[in-house]
Amino acid sequence: MNKIFEVPLYPYARVADQDADAPVRHAVIVVGAGPVGLAAAIDLAQAGHQVVVLDDNDKVSWGSRAVCYAKRPLEILDRLGCGQPMVDKGVVWNRGRVFYDEREVYDFDLLPEEGHRRPAFINLQQYYFEQHLVDRARALEADGAPIELRGGNKVASIDAGADRVTLQVETPDGAYTVQADWVIACDGAASPIRAMMGLDFVGRVFEDNFLIADVVMEAGFPTERWFWFDPPFNRGQSALLHKQPDNVWRIDLQLGWDIDKEEEKKPENVIPRLKAMLGEDAQFELEWVSIYTFQCRRMEKFRHGRVLFAGDAAHQVSPFGARGANSGLQDTDNLCWKLGLVMDGKAPESLLDSYDEERIRGADENILNSTRSTDFITPKSDMSRIFRNAVLDLSEHYAFARPLVNSGRLSVPCVYDGSSLNGADALDGGPDRSRPGAPCPDAPLGNGFLLDRLGGGFALLTIDVDAPETIDMHGITSNRVAMSARDDPSGALAERYLGSASGAVYLIRPDQHVAARWPSYDEAAVKAAITSATGRA
Amino acid sequence: MGELNTEPAIDAPDDFYAELLAMHEGLSKDESDAINARLILILMNQIADREVLGQAMAAARTPGTV
Repeated sequence: MNKIFEVPLYPYARVADQDADAPVRHAVIVVGAGPVGLAAAIDLAQAGHQVVVLDDNDKVSWGSRAVCYAKRPLEILDRLGCGQPMVDKGVVWNRGRVFYDEREVYDFDLLPEEGHRRPAFINLQQYYFEQHLVDRARALEADGAPIELRGGNKVASIDAGADRVTLQVETPDGAYTVQADWVIACDGAASPIRAMMGLDFVGRVFEDNFLIADVVMEAGFPTERWFWFDPPFNRGQSALLHKQPDNVWRIDLQLGWDIDKEEEKKPENVIPRLKAMLGEDAQFELEWVSIYTFQCRRMEKFRHGRVLFAGDAAHQVSPFGARGANSGLQDTDNLCWKLGLVMDGKAPESLLDSYDEERIRGADENILNSTRSTDFITPKSDMSRIFRNAVLDLSEHYAFARPLVNSGRLSVPCVYDGSSLNGADALDGGPDRSRPGAPCPDAPLGNGFLLDRLGGGFALLTIDVDAPETIDMHGITSNRVAMSARDDPSGALAERYLGSASGAVYLIRPDQHVAARWPSYDEAAVKAAITSATGRA
Repeated sequence: MGELNTEPAIDAPDDFYAELLAMHEGLSKDESDAINARLILILMNQIADREVLGQAMAAARTPGTV
């Protein structure tokens, strides 16, 4: 049987652009059909913006690669119309176990908060993730949305002009020229677009190698995340075991710096390592093996005129804490509504500078967290190893040491505190977690969930406060989402949005981040917040 | 927020000091390093106050600065 990653999902096909006398100009070209590029294209297309995706390949990625998807990205996928198939296919896990040397030192439960539509995390191979996104893009296309996927289209050069971007694209039929008003570069950590534009990408390189293997086996391991520090089967190093759908287990083994990558990848070297870990009698089949090193770095700016960088092309983090693909989805979630408003002439181009401002903040937070995890997992000095081991020794016996154990921190969305788009925080007693800049916490509403009600435009969430059904400002319509105590059987809505206030009005951005909040409706105040949130202030 | 106490506060200082050294008796350098690290973590958790901890770290790194 062919594996999904062996089947071309968007094979090369000749398009009219290649036979045009003059270069055809598109609204948006997305370069790269990975998770981030596909999410960007879907986001734009479902809002009616014309978008073409170029990718030099024609298949989903090979191997599991990005494997953990966190709650906020799943909520973004709900807005993009493809969260459910991912969650249905994915493996939900809550329990993690930490091993040190030959013993289990402790286990933990993620204890996800009740009253959210989505779990804290799912595990899903990146190829399934991409496949569901391609399916969604195809469904939009079939419904007449202006989205086009071009496989076998490799961008060979880029000319980023003041009023347009011109791309030379190589195909099996030869090269052609195409233009776009805007380009979103989602072409990965090695971003050819970034290199062609001669842009920086500075940061810290971690001198370590990790062997990743996808192993198919019928195993009795529970659906948990197991992490080993200095285990007998990989002395002085770390190891990770994670369950994925279809009885595929993801194993990451730290190898150290001074190794021969090609040798280590050979099955005759990989299989004994896995047997030492899984037991001599374990029956398994190797689906995919790779060796990765990693960097923590980012571009100085993500916006370069009409070219916008997103995902690994803009920033790279260590894999601990699942902040790669997850943060890439938060990039496009932040970018696409802004780009949409700019393209529609409803916001100034400078709104796009807030993409830099907000997502650089997100990238720095992710780099900080994943660097700290990496420094714990792979201590860089004798003393840091001594303290790391002391923490692990103590964690077996004393609860106080467990929060210091860092095998990757849960990926949580960035709060855009201090963003230039934020408006008033005028709700006395309002909860900290839903302050301006914060992503809206979900809440159950009888037979549904709040985030699904917010949709993908500006929303005016009112809780026990009267307000008009729509507010028009700068050609942008904000729709009221009216809630009352009756809609809140669990009390979660009040806990997450009212705190000690008796009523509230929230202006919520299209990416479901809070723009401003008040105790009552004031037309002038709301309009001022919309002005701020669209980069006009 | 507290302040680092740099005045004598431990009873029977000679007994205490002998006890501290006895903890390391007969151990290798690696074993002693591990014990010291565990001890630091245990004591720091007991103190808990980040301001005091910060002052203690500064005083340890460069005596006289706090």
